[in-house]
Amino acid sequence: MMKLNLALAQINTKLGDVESNLEKHLAYIEQAKAEKSDLLVFPELSLTGYVLQDLVASVARKPVDDDPVFRHLLKASRDLDLVIGFVDEDSRHRFYIASAYLSGGKTLHVHHKVYLPTYGLFDEGRFFAWGDSVRAFDTRFGRVGMLICEDFWHASPPYLLWLDGADIMLFSSASPGRGLNDKEKLESARWVEGVTKAYASMFTSFVAHANRVGYEDGLHFWGGAAAFDPNGEELAHGPYNEEALTFAQLDLNQLRRTRARLPLLRDERTNLAMSELQRILQK
Amino acid sequence: MTDINLTINTDLAREILTGFIKSEITRVGISRAVVGLSGGLDSALSCALAAEALGAENVLAVRMPYKASSQDSLDHAQLLIDQLGVQGKTIEITNMVEPLFKLDPEISKMRMGNIMARERMIVLYDQSEAFKGLVVGTSNKTEILLGYSTLFGDSANALNPIGDLYKTQIRQLARAMNIPAPIIDKPPSADLWEGQTDEKELGFTYEDVDKLLYLLVDQRYSPQEAAEAGFDETFVETVVRRVRRNQFKRTPPPIAKVSNRTIGYDFLYLRDWGT
Repeated sequence: MMKLNLALAQINTKLGDVESNLEKHLAYIEQAKAEKSDLLVFPELSLTGYVLQDLVASVARKPVDDDPVFRHLLKASRDLDLVIGFVDEDSRHRFYIASAYLSGGKTLHVHHKVYLPTYGLFDEGRFFAWGDSVRAFDTRFGRVGMLICEDFWHASPPYLLWLDGADIMLFSSASPGRGLNDKEKLESARWVEGVTKAYASMFTSFVAHANRVGYEDGLHFWGGAAAFDPNGEELAHGPYNEEALTFAQLDLNQLRRTRARLPLLRDERTNLAMSELQRILQK
Repeated sequence: MTDINLTINTDLAREILTGFIKSEITRVGISRAVVGLSGGLDSALSCALAAEALGAENVLAVRMPYKASSQDSLDHAQLLIDQLGVQGKTIEITNMVEPLFKLDPEISKMRMGNIMARERMIVLYDQSEAFKGLVVGTSNKTEILLGYSTLFGDSANALNPIGDLYKTQIRQLARAMNIPAPIIDKPPSADLWEGQTDEKELGFTYEDVDKLLYLLVDQRYSPQEAAEAGFDETFVETVVRRVRRNQFKRTPPPIAKVSNRTIGYDFLYLRDWGT
C-alpha cells in the first residue's frame, strides 16, 4: 500500500445524545466512502459531546459487536477504517475518554486518554479514570498510534508512540477555543497547530488531527483539522468553526524518502534517554 | 507602564460570537432574540451580533425609556434599529415604576435606578414570551467584574455574547460592525438619571481599568505585580476590592447542602444537556 486516503471529520455533537451522534457518524462515513477514503478519523468524544460531567455513566459504551451503537460502526468499518471518540467503560466500571480504531468489522485497538486536564476550564480528572498505556498497533496501512487532546500537549506520549513503531499518528480533540487577541487565529489553535506540525517534523512521521466544532454553553470548538507529512509539510487543512470533512492523501513512501535524508529515528538514542530518565527518577 | 495590548481580531470575534448566538438559541428550538436597546454601546453591539446571527427580522429591539431618559438615548437606539432593520418596539416604563417610587418619598437614586433596571428586565422577559425569542445579554466583562450592574436587572439574560470582552474591546468590535459613530463616541452611561456617566460614577476610565483588569484577571498578576507594572496602588486596591465584593452578582445564590446530591455542587450538567 503506497497511498492512504485519509478523511478527517470535524463534527458538532449533541451533548449526551449518543443515538443522534451515531446518525451523524453514519452520514459522514457514507460521505467518506463515496470519496473512496480508506480511513476516517472522528474527534474526541465524538459519540457523546465533551463537557459530560454527570452524564458520563449514561453515555458510556463498549466497542463490541453486541453494543447497539458500536454494532453499526463495526459493520461500517468493513468498508473503511474508523477512529471513533467515545466513553469507554471497563469491566469494573471505570470510565475513560477513549478512541477506538475499527477495521474490517473488528476493534483493533482502544486508547484511553492518559492525560486528563483538570485545571482552568477543564475538569476531566473529576469525572474520568486515567488511561495507563500508550501503544502503537498494526493496521493495514502500517503501524499507527492514537492520542487524545491533552495527551499530545505532553511530549512523552508522541515520543513513546514513535519508539513503539508508529509511523502514522492520529490525534483527536475537543479543543475549546481561547486566547482571542489581535492575531489571525486563537491562541489555542495556534498552539495545537504548532505542536502537531512539530511532531511530524521531529518524528519524521505522518500526523493528523481531527478537532470538533460547535458550542457547548459558552465553549466554542474551533475545528481546523490538519494533516502533516514526515517533512512537517501540511497536506490538508480544514476550515475553522464549521462542520467539514477534510481529505488528505498520505503517500506512505514519503516515510522512506524523508528518513533516508533525515535519519532522526535511526539516530535516536533511546538507551541514553532511558539511563538519564532512570537517573532523574532516582534523585 | 507595561505595554498592554487589548486589541482583538474583530473578524474572528464576530464569527465566534454570532456562531454562539445562533447555536445557543436554535438548539432549544427557538429562532428569535429580544434585546433591550438603551441607546448605548453594549446593547447596540449585542443587537447587531444577534441580527447578523439570526437575521434582522428575527430580532426584536425594545426601547424602554423612563421620563427622565435622555432624548439622545432614544434617538441613538432608533438609529441602530433603522440601520440594522431589526424589529423595534418602545415600551415606556414611567407608569410602571412611579407608583413604587411614590411609596417612599425618601427613596434614593440608587433604589430608583435598581427599580428601573429590574422593571426593564420584566418587560424584556415578557417580550421574550410574546415574541418567542431569547433575551440576549448586554453586559461586558468590565462591568461584570466590577459588579457595575443591577442584580436581576440589566444583568438578567438567557445568553450573553459580549461578557468576555472588555469595554475597550467592545468599542473595537462595534467599529468593525459599523455601529453608528454617535453611539461609539458618547460617554458610556446607564442613563438612570440626568448627567450620569459610568466613568464619573466609577471614578476611573474604562481605558485604565480594562488594562488593569486584563493584568489581574487574564494574566493572573498579583495586585503587587500590577502596581509594579505601573498602576497606582490605591487604584489597584479599589479595583481588587470591587471585583471580590461583587462575586455575589456573578454566581447563582448558594444552596445549603443537606442531601447527598445538591444542585450546584454535585448535580452537574451543562445547560446544553441533551442538545
